[in-house]
Amino acid sequence: MSTLSERILGAGAGAYVDRAVDRAYVHDGTGLLARAAWTEIGSGVFTDPDRRYLIFDHIVPANTSMTADLQQEMREFAAMTGMHFFEVGAGVCHQVMAEGRALPGEVIVGADSHSCTLGALGAFATGVGATDMAGIWATGGTWFRVPETTGIFLEGALSGAASAKDVALAYVGALGMDGATYRALEFVGEGAVSLSMADRLTLCNMAVETGAKAGIFYADRVTRDYLAGFGIAAEQQAPHAGGYPDEIAIDLEDVVPLLALPPRVDTVCPVAEKEGLPVDQVFLGTCTGGRYEDLAAFAALVRGKQVAVRTVVVPASRAVLMQAVSTGVLADLVAAGCAVATPGCGPCLGAHMGVLGEGEVCLSTANRNFKNRMGVGGEIYLASPMTAAATALAGAITSPEEFL
Amino acid sequence: MRGIGRAVCLGRDIDTDLIIAGRYLRTKDRSVWAAHALEDLDPALAGRLSGAVIVAGGNFGCGSSREQAAIALRDAGVVAVAAPSFARIFFRNAVNIGLPVLECEIPCRDGDQVTFDLEEGWIEAGGIRRAVSPLSPRMRAILAAGGLVPFLCGGPR
Repeated sequence: MSTLSERILGAGAGAYVDRAVDRAYVHDGTGLLARAAWTEIGSGVFTDPDRRYLIFDHIVPANTSMTADLQQEMREFAAMTGMHFFEVGAGVCHQVMAEGRALPGEVIVGADSHSCTLGALGAFATGVGATDMAGIWATGGTWFRVPETTGIFLEGALSGAASAKDVALAYVGALGMDGATYRALEFVGEGAVSLSMADRLTLCNMAVETGAKAGIFYADRVTRDYLAGFGIAAEQQAPHAGGYPDEIAIDLEDVVPLLALPPRVDTVCPVAEKEGLPVDQVFLGTCTGGRYEDLAAFAALVRGKQVAVRTVVVPASRAVLMQAVSTGVLADLVAAGCAVATPGCGPCLGAHMGVLGEGEVCLSTANRNFKNRMGVGGEIYLASPMTAAATALAGAITSPEEFL
Repeated sequence: MRGIGRAVCLGRDIDTDLIIAGRYLRTKDRSVWAAHALEDLDPALAGRLSGAVIVAGGNFGCGSSREQAAIALRDAGVVAVAAPSFARIFFRNAVNIGLPVLECEIPCRDGDQVTFDLEEGWIEAGGIRRAVSPLSPRMRAILAAGGLVPFLCGGPR
């Protein structure tokens, strides 16, 4: 039986196919360039507005008059085309799409590299640039090269202080920053089946950090139950029966809390090796680590205590924020001294809301630690929400094992 | 499509944040991107990009989907980018905006004259000629049209 990418795209690996795009989305950053390219195409045709989305997440609320003006232009564009529009505060585009707007078997394209997140739902989901998106708006589809697939076999189950983010850092470290260029990653095995949807979204999110165009889980009972929560009935997908030309195995039992050291996401080491390194800021949020489960894991460690270092928390979506409100998680975070901000990308892209100063160090639950990404001269260590909580409490890099 | 330029040699894993930093993205003044291209790698580079063929190590353009990275290089006067491998979104973006990308291994030094032919699939620098991995027919057609917008409009305008 074929890999999921081959099944969804309808051809074998290496083939070029033309495909209608089931769903396509942009954010306030890439939407502007896409609109310019669409206008340049000049056909005036905007296909399937009911399956196209504009989600404000990158600089929300606007930080300057210029940003505000550009965002107003995008609002007007959304109104003109009739596509779905998500205003400031809705959340990160990938998370908003994951909340009942992505289904198994769909072809989903986002004008953001982390669109691979939605492979967690059994979709073929990938990132494109703005001009590609303009073409999709105008024509309803685009071409794809069907990717070869790398199998990531997950065995065992997560326990103790390890979490999905640590598994993500483990596979990125194992494959390297270009270890899966042009390929798809499929997460399979008993360990994959054991993971929650939140964990799966985190694992698929970082596929692009290995160069992969997609990260995929087969839709199973977990997927069906998750989508049922949004009133959606979904089919399960039969797993790929054959082998993979490339594969790696990760025993979840063996995963320990990990760090990616600046400025490379594939320079990974156990948290224990950097224990005690002082940080200036902890950031909990983003499409990698800002889900409700992440906030709850963080809150479980800091509840009743005070963070020792400035800590910025940005829920990944309004739904995440609402859940954190109703369960008391938000109150725990605020009481512990965290600064909680509007759902969205937060300081991940270095534009606002917690940007680092020269020489400052941040421990972040995000997916990238490139040079100058979160502010010129800052350094970013990537880690799990639990490691972020332990580090926030200590004011220095600390393994969560010490707080369990 | 044949091209010629002066080599500007870079290392591997040049990410899109290095090509154009996030702090320069929110503007309608597109000249900003070319002016700050590769600034965080080396502030002097932007001034050397006019007429350049960038010859980089593997995984060029990894990271963000920001198309401004490809636009910044094109508008700074880069003739083409050659590297053993590219991050796929950057690769596709470059073709979509009409910037030739050459997947190849070519030893070379800063300032060497680089010539290439996309149709014939070769690149030459310092007297050495190497094959370039062929682009798909669709990508070649998009590049020949000058990018996806003119391609969808029916050819070069």
